[in-house]
Amino acid sequence: MSGNETHYLVGGTYAVLVVASVVTWLLRRLKDPQRQDPVINNLAARVQAWWAMVIVFTVALAVGKPGTVILFALTSFLALREFVTLTPTRAGDHRALFLAFFVVLPVQYFLIYVEWYGLFSVFIPVYAFALLSIRAAATGDTTDYLARTGKLQWGLMVCVYFVSHVPALLTLEIPGFDGRNANLLFFLVAVVQLSDVLQYVWGKLCGRRPIVPALSPNKTLEGFAGGTLSAALIGAALWWATPFAPWQAALLAALVTLFGFFGGLVMSAIKRDRGIKDYGSTLAGHGGILDRIDSLCFAAPLFFHLVRFYFT
Amino acid sequence: MTVDDGAVDGDEPPVRSTPLLPTALAWILRLATGTRSVPTEALPRERPVVFFANHGSHLDAPLIWAALPAEWRAVTRPVAARDYWEGGPLRRFLARRVFRAVLIERRKISARNNPLAPLRAALACGESLILFPEGTRSDGGTVGSFKSGLHHLVRDRPELPLVPVYLDNLSRILPKGELLPVPVIANLFVGAAIRVRAEEPKEAFLERARAAVLALGTASQP
Repeated sequence: MSGNETHYLVGGTYAVLVVASVVTWLLRRLKDPQRQDPVINNLAARVQAWWAMVIVFTVALAVGKPGTVILFALTSFLALREFVTLTPTRAGDHRALFLAFFVVLPVQYFLIYVEWYGLFSVFIPVYAFALLSIRAAATGDTTDYLARTGKLQWGLMVCVYFVSHVPALLTLEIPGFDGRNANLLFFLVAVVQLSDVLQYVWGKLCGRRPIVPALSPNKTLEGFAGGTLSAALIGAALWWATPFAPWQAALLAALVTLFGFFGGLVMSAIKRDRGIKDYGSTLAGHGGILDRIDSLCFAAPLFFHLVRFYFT
Repeated sequence: MTVDDGAVDGDEPPVRSTPLLPTALAWILRLATGTRSVPTEALPRERPVVFFANHGSHLDAPLIWAALPAEWRAVTRPVAARDYWEGGPLRRFLARRVFRAVLIERRKISARNNPLAPLRAALACGESLILFPEGTRSDGGTVGSFKSGLHHLVRDRPELPLVPVYLDNLSRILPKGELLPVPVIANLFVGAAIRVRAEEPKEAFLERARAAVLALGTASQP
């Protein structure tokens, strides 16, 4: 971990969590000593999961690049696992799946660790795509061939390729920002996760018009607008820890929130298609890993490329 | 493979290694397959019982064993095919020392190695069994017809609780004919115990048992 700024960011996060824990405790004490209110129980479970996630995240950042790469490789692994579990596959896919989990995923994160941008940016879209299509064809099982290989490639793109752009932020060389790239990572994750919470809160407070009612009745125009604006303000308020000017930080935060929002919609569409509510039950109160990182998945490549094109 | 050497595993005293290894292995198996352990309250009050499940993978028996509460795990033995579990030193070690499997012959069955004898002996010692009445692994997704072994085993013990278990996705983790596992999340559903009824015909009982397993599978679908 580097720079005083990172300490402030981490300290600030823990302060927010302490406040959240105290509020939950007070709510329980005052309104629900019997622990029966599902909303408060859900809130408590979420705060607890937040603590676990933030602690894991700070430990990984403290270890530096190896810790961060390993943390996100594991996140990808768990997300891909949830995705594949809910996607029907056939016996003929077994070896392609094995390659996806135990060859493609580690290679992608290794390429990020050695900072080989030229290869990590095309490895899954081109080479894994070709390799897995060939592997599945070689089994001779052609039933639903296109749908099966398409689903696996889709899972790899979202769960591995997209997610791997978060630790890839550590590899960017920004003039005058040496050794402080962890702040970028922190900026992205904080903005995306807070915008999720803020959209929920704004939606509860004044949400009326659902954006895609058939998909997510809880995602309203009001929640989206309020969430995006407040996330942009939070982004701007964090400018001192980034290489961005305040207006740039606000714009990036808004764009990241926008993409994150659509990422959430896309992942909901898949859940609807499969007839499920959550991707898993790994995190109490949060569903699965994939439910928690759906917006991060889609926001990460956009943020990475914007920073790479305009600031390096 | 040597057959008909007269050795019947059920006659050997159960060999147990230190509890550390089985506990660690059960934990690893649950973590690797994303399965939760079965709460004691979901299981019958009395022992021994016979767990019976659908069969799609070599991992089936180890996983049921791993998902049981520790006090059950110590007195529950999977019934497994000798030809597979004696296929190498590691499998042999796991089957004998860790899972304490009751290994039975699938081929060249004679009066001397009647596969039911070791099972009856284990039950008589108060040990529960995990068995797969389909007899062999299905290709996944389907539950084949039950062989009559389950009926032969329990027809003279109507008091014995028979606990249906449905295993979901295990045949995707390690399908028939594959060597390397894929880490999809498995699911294990334990149902209420059934018992063989007095005068119940074999076919009716076997179909009822199979239906109990299938019902758990249907209930699990979203």
